[in-house]
Amino acid sequence: MKAKHFKKLLIHGLLLSGAFIAAMPFLWMITTSLKPPGKVYDAPLFVPLYFYWSNYVKAWSFAPFPRFFLNSAIMAIGITLSQTLLSALAGYALARLKFPGRNTLFFLILGTMMIPFPITLIPSFLIVNSLGWIDTYQGLIVPRAVSAFAIFLFRQFFLSLPRELEEAALIDGANRFTIFFRIILPLSSPVIATSAIFSFLFAWNDFLWPLVVTNSTRMRTIQVGLAMFQGQYGIFWTLLMAASTIVIAPAIIAFLVAQRRFVEGITTTGLRG
Amino acid sequence: MVLGVNLRWKALHERGACRPPLRRGLQEFPVAFWFLLPAILVLGTFNFYPAFYSLWLSFFEWDGFSPQRTFIGVENYTSLLKTGEFWNSVRVTLIYAGGVTVAALLIGLGVAVLLNRQITGRSFYRTLYFLPVITPTVAAGVVWKYLFDPTQGVVNRLLALIGVSGPAWLNDPSWALLSIVIVGTWKRVGFNMVVYLAALQGVPRMYYEAAALDGANAWDVFRRITVPLLTPTTLFLIITSLIEAFQVFDLVYVMTGGGPLRSTDVVGYYLYRHAFRYHQLGYASAIAYFMFLLIFVITLLQFQLGRGGGAVES
Repeated sequence: MKAKHFKKLLIHGLLLSGAFIAAMPFLWMITTSLKPPGKVYDAPLFVPLYFYWSNYVKAWSFAPFPRFFLNSAIMAIGITLSQTLLSALAGYALARLKFPGRNTLFFLILGTMMIPFPITLIPSFLIVNSLGWIDTYQGLIVPRAVSAFAIFLFRQFFLSLPRELEEAALIDGANRFTIFFRIILPLSSPVIATSAIFSFLFAWNDFLWPLVVTNSTRMRTIQVGLAMFQGQYGIFWTLLMAASTIVIAPAIIAFLVAQRRFVEGITTTGLRG
Repeated sequence: MVLGVNLRWKALHERGACRPPLRRGLQEFPVAFWFLLPAILVLGTFNFYPAFYSLWLSFFEWDGFSPQRTFIGVENYTSLLKTGEFWNSVRVTLIYAGGVTVAALLIGLGVAVLLNRQITGRSFYRTLYFLPVITPTVAAGVVWKYLFDPTQGVVNRLLALIGVSGPAWLNDPSWALLSIVIVGTWKRVGFNMVVYLAALQGVPRMYYEAAALDGANAWDVFRRITVPLLTPTTLFLIITSLIEAFQVFDLVYVMTGGGPLRSTDVVGYYLYRHAFRYHQLGYASAIAYFMFLLIFVITLLQFQLGRGGGAVES
């Protein structure tokens, strides 16, 4: 009995020390972001004792963070909506409609997931540039408006739906678009949620593409803005940590809200967006 | 033309409605066309076409602005292979990718095994371990940069508590890469853990029951049952981890800018500099293709090894 107790204690000890390492940067970030000037290096490091909220106000107004935040929000929502809708449409055609070359097309789409991003980076930049889309929302959104991963998710989900649902409607003379929007999509909320959380996190966290296709401070996203802010105001630890907290918070909130869907998405497909 | 397709689709659809819906065949092609058009346009323009476009670009000398592009054959590749700075970045990338992959795999497996039981706070642990995965890399890099501060950083202050005087981390060429590997590992462990945990839950209980009857100890069970059964998962995690790590960019950009003394100058960052600072688009495309090749070869190698390993086990 005692050995069993000891084992349990040991497991919790190991898990807790790991969890501490996982959580430590967040704890330190939040604690530091709330410290008054002059107390930055003082203990405690991981438990906020001070609540100097004006750091947040200051960080928010030091750099154009409201604008960065807005840009990221527009980009992330735009990408999430378009990836979900357009990938669902494509996934439906690949799962349910019969046409020659369907499997080839599906494999080609899957194949685009294997292309490393650096390969497409330069040509995509040139295309966006020649369209005059540098420093625009369409430049940030359109190149990522469809996700092969989401198409895959939707296709697998639609394959699992019983065909009878659609066949009755087809006999009644409904067309495929009506069926898709009235019957299929309302049944698809689990897969829509999974796809949306992947898209949102991908878009919110994205850095290299926004860095490359935006030039003016006005159009920078929040990740690019944070990297810039760090270069300029790096000596103000408290402000920088307040800014980092603002940047991380939406990702963590989105994840906590949709955690189950997210983890399901990873484990059922074994892939990441 | 759009109207024509539209009318044809209507006509076909009307005929289709009179027939039993099970025999559709070719007539769904126009509908499928409209369902797939946006996806094909976007993926075609920004994924598929660029893959070939950058191969083509890699045979030119071009700054991206001037109308003049000079065809120079494979010269970008030959000069790449002769550049010590490039080989340095390949070496740095391989060390980073290898380090993160191995470390995150071992820790991820360890955590998954510990969590794969009835234990209080299981979902609490899982959520905590997973948080770094979804944290924006830029913000994580910023925070870790300050954790690694030589004098006031948390890491060295914690080390000082146990009497160790820590190195200068990101400021020291021989420690900077390790620092980035630590952050990369911190961000990857949670992902490996979740995938391993799902795989572990798929292992039939009877294997463990049989082993228990045979009097096997925990380590034997782990080594002889758990690890072999997890081989496909491990292989998958190794490949995805390597592919992701080969493309590392954000962390390096934020934490070190490739320094000090190019000790963290990964291929992704080397490519970025040549493409967007020096405007050598042809040369940068050659780098991208080299990276692609590297990923491709290692993926193939992994599958080969995996097959060999599987044969030995059974």
